[in-house]
Amino acid sequence: MFISDDALKRNFAEVKPGLRPKQAFEEAHRCLYCYDAPCIKACPTGINIPSFIKRIANKNMLGSARTILEANPMGASCARVCPTEELCEGACVLNDSSKPILIGDLQRFATDWAIRNNQQLFASGERNGRSVAIVGGGPAGLSAARELARFGFAVTVFEAKAHAGGLNTYGIVSFRLPKEIALWEVEQVRKLGVDIRTNTVVGRDVTASELLESHDVVVLAAGMSKVPMMGIPGEELEGVYDAIELVEKTKVSLSGELSGRRVVVVGAGNTAIDAATCSVRMGAEHVEICYRRSKQEMTAYEFEYEFAKSDGVAFRWLTAPVRIIGDEHGRVKAIECVRMKLEQAESGRRARPVPIPGSEFTIEADAVIKAIGQTRHVSLVDQFQLAHTRGVVTIDQETYRTSNPNVYAAGDVIFGEGQGDAMVVSAVQQGKLAAFAIYKQLVLDAGDVDRQT
Amino acid sequence: MADLRINLAGIQSPNPFWLASAPPTNTGYQVQRAFEAGWGGAVWKTLGDPIINTSSRFAAVHFNGQRVAGFNNIELITDRPLDVNLKEIYETKKRFPNHALVVSLMVEPKRDKWHEIVKKVEAVGVDGLELNFGCPHGMAERGMGSASGQQPDLVERQTYWVKEAARTPVIVKLTPNITDITATAIAAANGCADAISLINTINSLAGVDLDSWNTIPHVAGRGSHGGYCGPAVKPIALNMVAECARNPEVGIPISGIGGISDWKDAVEFMLMGAAGVQVCTAVMHHGFRIVEEMIDGLSNYLDSKGIERVSDLTGRAVPRYTDWGNLDLNYAVAARIHTDTCINCNKCYIACEDTAHQCIERIEDSGASYLKVREEDCVGCNLCAIVCPVEGAIEMVDLPSTGVPMSWNERQAALAKLNMKGA
Repeated sequence: MFISDDALKRNFAEVKPGLRPKQAFEEAHRCLYCYDAPCIKACPTGINIPSFIKRIANKNMLGSARTILEANPMGASCARVCPTEELCEGACVLNDSSKPILIGDLQRFATDWAIRNNQQLFASGERNGRSVAIVGGGPAGLSAARELARFGFAVTVFEAKAHAGGLNTYGIVSFRLPKEIALWEVEQVRKLGVDIRTNTVVGRDVTASELLESHDVVVLAAGMSKVPMMGIPGEELEGVYDAIELVEKTKVSLSGELSGRRVVVVGAGNTAIDAATCSVRMGAEHVEICYRRSKQEMTAYEFEYEFAKSDGVAFRWLTAPVRIIGDEHGRVKAIECVRMKLEQAESGRRARPVPIPGSEFTIEADAVIKAIGQTRHVSLVDQFQLAHTRGVVTIDQETYRTSNPNVYAAGDVIFGEGQGDAMVVSAVQQGKLAAFAIYKQLVLDAGDVDRQT
Repeated sequence: MADLRINLAGIQSPNPFWLASAPPTNTGYQVQRAFEAGWGGAVWKTLGDPIINTSSRFAAVHFNGQRVAGFNNIELITDRPLDVNLKEIYETKKRFPNHALVVSLMVEPKRDKWHEIVKKVEAVGVDGLELNFGCPHGMAERGMGSASGQQPDLVERQTYWVKEAARTPVIVKLTPNITDITATAIAAANGCADAISLINTINSLAGVDLDSWNTIPHVAGRGSHGGYCGPAVKPIALNMVAECARNPEVGIPISGIGGISDWKDAVEFMLMGAAGVQVCTAVMHHGFRIVEEMIDGLSNYLDSKGIERVSDLTGRAVPRYTDWGNLDLNYAVAARIHTDTCINCNKCYIACEDTAHQCIERIEDSGASYLKVREEDCVGCNLCAIVCPVEGAIEMVDLPSTGVPMSWNERQAALAKLNMKGA
């Protein structure tokens, strides 16, 4: 089986077209310009949505883009990846009487304008003599970096990968978020004088203690790590993929390596959906998702699920892998699964899946993609000697300060254990809030003391 | 189905919808197409001395994405020779004997000029004449159009000259570019006009281009005022029609013009005194075919109201239009917000808070928030109901009256009486 480069390019091109100018203009005029609008409250970054929409309506595109990106430095990415149905659009007052304003699409229209017209929307502040090191150049780290630069800090971002942007650059499939968008946002931060050191792994190329010594404050925004092992035989076989790595591969360069393959994805979160739809677009012949619970418990957003179905992905509910079977060359040839049933757990907890004895069956497969969650950078957290719960860094909820008063944390490193949502937009807000807390600690409060003396 | 026929000062028409004298009635081809589409009458674009037009000449005012809320032009009267027009008028009337064919005229304020054109036009068999004393641009600078129409004595005198020669009904078309429309309406009536039509276009400048700083429209980089029309001018026109209708000194039939876009507008004009209506901008926006919806809507409306003849509508709302001094000062309404249909956009709240009487409260009640009007502080201004995007979510309710109905005039009269007693 062969899939041409052209076909690959087509398959990975952004699925959703942007609004055409007239569409955007009409949609913007539909906005009621609510006072104290619920959409603003529903946005984790608190974008003044009616205001940016009004600016589109009266053809002030610069003002519109600035309104969005002021509140959300990753506003162009978020326009594409936010679960708007659950956030801004879900809160729109027109939901019952008409249909909600296409806030995400309008946000994309405005930010795309800024990208296309090469606008530099913000400037760095006058240097305040303080420096901050940020570990991780993802949404949380970049958001903190931009705000800190505007407050006048000298900011250095340490990024392990070749490009900053984190999840936006590497973790979200191109057909939903093209890499160029994320990299434009990175560039906006860099242009504020932020030193972004890529290909630099904290803990290897530079140690935690070096960072703590050479900077006034460190922001830990390292995100999450690989998909964990499933703990079943055969995970070492050729043809077993980590979903995160697979998506990342497609963001670096497209290949048809799954062309003609039969793919089984294990897990039913948004990453599983991404891995499945990526596989389809890489030319896989048949793609199915196995999930040990049922559709009700699936963590993927409804629109993601619908998208996968429209891409031809099949779903097998209440199915758990038992072992991966290899051929004589050490390559995946099948996966053995067992059917599950759900047992009611004590109140408040999700129903517990248990195997049905003797229900094992085999699915022929050439590739198995693990998408059962992500591990954490525990060793990095330990290097900073921060308090944590199973890798989730403990923070003060107001200030994002960790157990080390000179270390703040934001993004996926603080997600989990009942703390926050794993959304780009939440990570961005945390970065913003951490930056403000740092500004308050090092400049505002310190300044007050100076004035008093 | 109701009878849609009208009789305007003796001019019969199968329905009240006429095309106003304007670009859509420039040729026989156009007027015949209009009659085929269902228009009941047409006022042929103004005949007069051949003139030269400018390019460009139209502009529109779009509002919040809605196109052609207002329309503006600097076009002048017919650009075709009189004999060509007369030939086409003759042919059109012959083909459509039952439709109203009125011809608009404009000449210099000279008696023999008027006599001459009236005779020529009536000779081809028209149903009536409309004197254009309204055109605000171009012609006015040569002593015609609104230059005449702004001077009641000139209106009266020229109307009289026309009536000396005319055998068909004469309608005088009034300019709104005047302080008191009834002054010229009365002058037309004194000049023995059979009817008046109003309004002609309003002096306007449609816009300025933000990039080139040219006026919109412009002619080689320069612009001048044009005539404004379209939906935006309807309230102005309706008021002028109503003022004429309720003035006993005018006392002649009215043909209503000004932003009429659908059957509802037409009904409003008729209720306020028009015997029929003339339409232009809506046709320029959508073509002749919109008359189908106008006729159908009007007919269904009349049937639903049990009204047999459309002519029965004329003037029915006029008695309700009066001077401020006759309004009941003791009548009061207050806003009431229906929380079940309110969508919580808070537009009423901020409108009242910032720009009215601060009488809407936002109440938080166990997580849910809702809005409530403090009726004792509400002055019944309607603003909240106006800005509310949900039909019926804010209702203006009558408040129990605090006293017997009393208007300013009655109050003054009562006070005068008291003073007399005291004296």
